[in-house]
Amino acid sequence: MSGETRAIDISVGLFILLGLGSVVFLTSQTLGSGDLSNSASYTLHARFDHIGDLKVRAPVALAGVTIGRVSQITVDPIEYQAIVELRIDSTFNRLPIDTDASIATSGLLGGKYIELGPGGDEEVLQNQDEIEFTQSAILLENLIGKYMLNAKAE
Amino acid sequence: MNNAIRACWLSFGQFAATFGGFQIFSLRLLPYLAKAVLRPRLITEQIYSVGALSLVLTMFGGFFVGTVLALQSYSTLVEFGQVDSLGAFASEALVRELGPVVAALLFAGRAGSAVASEVGLMRATNQIAAMELMAVDPIQRVVVPRFIAGVISVPLLAAIFCTMGILGAYLVGVHQLGVDAGAFWSHIQDRVELYDDVGSGMFKSFVFGVSASLMGVYEGYYAAPNAAGVSRAATRTVVITSVWILLFDFVLTGMTMPGV
Repeated sequence: MSGETRAIDISVGLFILLGLGSVVFLTSQTLGSGDLSNSASYTLHARFDHIGDLKVRAPVALAGVTIGRVSQITVDPIEYQAIVELRIDSTFNRLPIDTDASIATSGLLGGKYIELGPGGDEEVLQNQDEIEFTQSAILLENLIGKYMLNAKAE
Repeated sequence: MNNAIRACWLSFGQFAATFGGFQIFSLRLLPYLAKAVLRPRLITEQIYSVGALSLVLTMFGGFFVGTVLALQSYSTLVEFGQVDSLGAFASEALVRELGPVVAALLFAGRAGSAVASEVGLMRATNQIAAMELMAVDPIQRVVVPRFIAGVISVPLLAAIFCTMGILGAYLVGVHQLGVDAGAFWSHIQDRVELYDDVGSGMFKSFVFGVSASLMGVYEGYYAAPNAAGVSRAATRTVVITSVWILLFDFVLTGMTMPGV
């Protein structure tokens, strides 16, 4: 093997290594704790009368800590309710069956997320179970509207 | 009036002929792709000249795009007290858009034009005709290795561009503007998703790699066999590839953007 071919081989090898290294860097930097694509998870469902502007991939939090994501949002055409599918990290598989789910807002103007409040039942929620107690999104516009109507009445 | 219509019709016909010729040329490459693996040395040589030699330019570009992005977004974010998300802002923009697009544009300027003029000069100096006379298939020997090398190199260059950009944003954001280092990285982990952001960026740069290298070899292979033809091939490669990349970017962003 001549010197020139060797130099080409070495630089091609370094180039490919650097490129793959960058891909690994980008991958490792983006796999945060809130990302479930690399860990086992289970699915729960919850029905809401109104979800505000909750989006797919919004966080599901327990005591303020993200333990899962919203994976799907559909509408029940018969009951006129939104069905939200939650994917929750399998480490947190001891949620009592009377856990409640409410749609909360992070900060005054932040995005919507789902906050779980664990109940006290002995039985725990299984994969594909439905959360029975839910609280819809509080719509700031409605609150302001009510407040203004009350002020007028007085 | 009649002449103007005739001129329009002729140039449209010419456009259709070029476009059709390009599609046929792309299809002609397909059966060669599997066979090219049998001669890996041809591909490594081309990866060296289109990929490894573009490395310094790409790293330089990525680094400074990252630093400028950090400076620009800082002045807006600081008004809302959100400087902690500087890292997420910069890296999302880099991984989704700037990385694939700017890396591919740099590639078209640095390597696509070089491929076009090299192959065009081979055509002009009758080297391609000589290969055909010796029963060496010029498409397999000259065109396909350059095409494959480009397709391999562009996504890698885009990844390197993004990494250098994030490091540049980190240097400016954390060391110069005083953003908290922990917040910088944790916001990146929070906001940038593997499939939706990194995955779609890599997919885009793969598409750009295919179009940039296909254009380079096509323009070179069908260059007019004289000095003006070679320079025209190089110019057309850069211009047409840039237009394609920007057009494709719009379409692909529309396809891969969640919630649009």
